Amino acid sequence: MRLKIWGCRGSVSAPGAHTAKYGGNTSCVEVSVDDDTALVLDAGTGIRALGFDLVGRGTRRIHLFLTHLHLDHLEGLRFFAPLWDERVTIEIWGPRSPVHSLRDRILRSFSPPLFPLDFRDVPARVTFHDLPGEPWRAGGISLTADLVLHPGATLGFRVESDRASLAYLPDHEPALAGIDGRSPDWISAGALARDADLVLHDSQFTEAEYDAKVGWGHSSVADAVAFCRAVGAKRLVLFHHEPDHSDHALEELEARARALTGNDREPPVLAREGMTLELG
Amino acid sequence: MASVDTQRQKQLVLILARAFVSNLSTPALLADARGYLVFYNEAAEDVVGTRFGETGEMPFDEWSADFEPRTTTSDPLPPERRPPRIAFDERRPAHLAYVVTAADGVENEVEVTAFPLFAHTEEFVGIVVVFWRR
Repeated sequence: MRLKIWGCRGSVSAPGAHTAKYGGNTSCVEVSVDDDTALVLDAGTGIRALGFDLVGRGTRRIHLFLTHLHLDHLEGLRFFAPLWDERVTIEIWGPRSPVHSLRDRILRSFSPPLFPLDFRDVPARVTFHDLPGEPWRAGGISLTADLVLHPGATLGFRVESDRASLAYLPDHEPALAGIDGRSPDWISAGALARDADLVLHDSQFTEAEYDAKVGWGHSSVADAVAFCRAVGAKRLVLFHHEPDHSDHALEELEARARALTGNDREPPVLAREGMTLELG
Repeated sequence: MASVDTQRQKQLVLILARAFVSNLSTPALLADARGYLVFYNEAAEDVVGTRFGETGEMPFDEWSADFEPRTTTSDPLPPERRPPRIAFDERRPAHLAYVVTAADGVENEVEVTAFPLFAHTEEFVGIVVVFWRR
């Protein structure tokens, strides 16, 4: 399994010299399936560059999985080039709210005053699928979704091939309901991340920052490490970087994560725009 | 490579409910959609007479039968009249005062309120039971 990170910033895009190394675009990750099909996780601003890349590759079938509809995970969708190509089929998967379907919720962002065009103007063939549901499978890859702890209906994903497993939890605050002393089945996203080879996990805050932002839906780097340890995940990739954190500040977070992880596990690493990861 | 085990994973609403009742001084317990008791809080432990860690998960009716529920006039109280069973079977809130005997033999008259939890309109995930000593 191969994945590429097209955006890993949290909350709002943060371009500039101080974020040039790890990137300022918001969440978007591509998982390679086959030459004809793209599997995309989230539609933050990182999806814009991915879209141009997919057009260049001639990809005609795209499965887009949205963890939730907060703007930093959706704002790139309207500027996703394949959406404006009638030859392309896009299937969008994501969480319904307790009362509204995914389709109804997304269509709000394709209407004035938020956007000049209506969804009827989109030429690509688009279908919507509410999650959680049955696992999705294609090209030797399966994806399982489950609700996780974050304000509003929010999903986490587990992506598996026959040789590797990945958990994608960009916005997640498991500490709010407890990590220490809980069995994995009582930890938010415990099953999704259990024994995973790689976990892309929300690590937005320092421990001091988190103390002032409990309940905002994001994790401290210490809680991300504790979560991975509790569920037996093998390696943590620090994701959803705080927009106010410079490259230097992120590297201090990484050092903290490595110190907390100790020597018995693979050292955590910072997600970086453009990073590719091979699993299995 | 380990595969995802969604059967054992507790539904998010139950995880949140556990976090909620864990922080209550009011006795409260949770049962899941299977009808299994899956948690009760420290305040409930004082009334029940055992720690949840000693009890563990078990069918709710089996667990509650040990407390010999009966009416305030000492008549047997069948399961279908107890608020937890009503919340579970009929998927609606229910309330009743009755008498139970704790594991330590102490008799308690309690008021019991039970209500169902739905993650979505059709997705029943369990019940919350709150009770007070009268």
